[in-house]
Amino acid sequence: MSESELDAWFIREVLPLEAALMRYLRRNWREEGDLADLRQDVYVRVYDAARQGIPKQAKPFVFSTARNLLIDLVRRSRVISIETVADLELSNVSTEEVSPEQQVIARAELRQLQAALDRLPPRCREVVVMRKIDGISQREVAFRLGIAEDTVEKHVAKGARMLADILLGGELEGGHRRSSGYSRKADTDER
Amino acid sequence: MNANAHIEARAAEWLARKDRPDWSPVQEREFKDWLAESTAHRVAYLRLDSTWERAGRLAVLRGSTNENDEPAAHLINWPFWAKAAASLAVLALAGSAYVYLQTKSPAEHRYATEIGARKTLALSDGSKVELNTDTAIRVAMTGNRRTVWLDRGEAYFQVVHDPAHPFVVHAGGRTVTDLGTKFSVRHDSDRFEVVVEDGSVRVAGATTRPLTETRGDVLMARGKSVLVKHETDDQLANDLSWRLGVLVFDQTALSDAAEEFNRYNQQKLVLADAAAAKIRIGGSFEAGNVEAFVRLLETGFGVRVTRKGADIIISS
Repeated sequence: MSESELDAWFIREVLPLEAALMRYLRRNWREEGDLADLRQDVYVRVYDAARQGIPKQAKPFVFSTARNLLIDLVRRSRVISIETVADLELSNVSTEEVSPEQQVIARAELRQLQAALDRLPPRCREVVVMRKIDGISQREVAFRLGIAEDTVEKHVAKGARMLADILLGGELEGGHRRSSGYSRKADTDER
Repeated sequence: MNANAHIEARAAEWLARKDRPDWSPVQEREFKDWLAESTAHRVAYLRLDSTWERAGRLAVLRGSTNENDEPAAHLINWPFWAKAAASLAVLALAGSAYVYLQTKSPAEHRYATEIGARKTLALSDGSKVELNTDTAIRVAMTGNRRTVWLDRGEAYFQVVHDPAHPFVVHAGGRTVTDLGTKFSVRHDSDRFEVVVEDGSVRVAGATTRPLTETRGDVLMARGKSVLVKHETDDQLANDLSWRLGVLVFDQTALSDAAEEFNRYNQQKLVLADAAAAKIRIGGSFEAGNVEAFVRLLETGFGVRVTRKGADIIISS
């Protein structure tokens, strides 16, 4: 199976689970600061496993992968109580999770996108809107705002990271702030 | 567990770099190599790229209203939301898109200059806008109006007159409407000035009733006080000399001249005493060349110059 097929499956079936995955990880791991790393570790394991064959059902696969990862970490860290491991082994993929909508409801998504954009810092938002929504080239954005092309790039990089966290991680639903930082450098260009 | 944040930062850098116009096959190769190095790289990139692409979908719904591409006449026949609805993929959403977009302003395009910079813009209707130092404007050329918001700074307008599609500049609470003209508008905190080089404009919001200003008229407002005066062609030329990067003073108090210079330079002139502030000067000076100005003051008026950090202190 081709890598682009894997990529497409990953984007279509796995990424939409991120909000639920984060809730699961948060409930079962004490350290807020580790959650982004844990999430990425789950994604790596899921993607690598899928190379051997795409699982029929993404959701149970992702969550059992997450559970196994947590168990491994707890065992390795040796900071364990027997109870912790037992809890994890027993925990099912919670049936109270609302299954993500398969159909995108365009109007709700539009609102969500706009809300996410509103969360970006002002100059970063300006650049993202001009690049992505108005389709203006990087050079032209730099010219119009009177800033360097490198600065435009930094704002794009920062905006992409923030948008991913907000849209995938469900930070709009009473969010938990990331503790690992975005680059501070782009902030100095905020006016 | 910091490796992840580092990988995500690199993924974001690659995403941003791919947008560069000079993205080359060599870079494409390097990018692919980085992706292949580890699945962690790959999934981090996929995660960022998928949401980045989603954001791009808003573009279809807002329509393309880049005024550098669309002549104003074209836009008049095609209100932007109807244009978007014409695209099959969003036909069903035309209703919701219209409602959504109503609450946000349509395609405002933003332009700005840094301190000491100037910029000339060509608008899709043939009009020209020149931005002076430290200026920020927004432009919307949609429907049947042409609107500019002068958020701060100074701009010179050469407008292609079209009574059916008024060209209006908003500055603070005031508006300047083109009636067939070349004019400049300046707006900073409580200062508002309009200089009419040719033709006429209507100024509303500065005085109780709108005023029509014609060639040679200058309107100056500070807070609520408004002064209208008439200038000769030479005086007009001096007011607009910034378009050539030059500042012209004629019996101008040094305090006013210093304030003017400070708009164009990061190095600020500071007058240490009242006697220095009152010195009257005249002449033309390069706006960006503070050093030359200061040297002339030293030799011409015998003022004393000291430096403190980024400031130049002048005392009599």
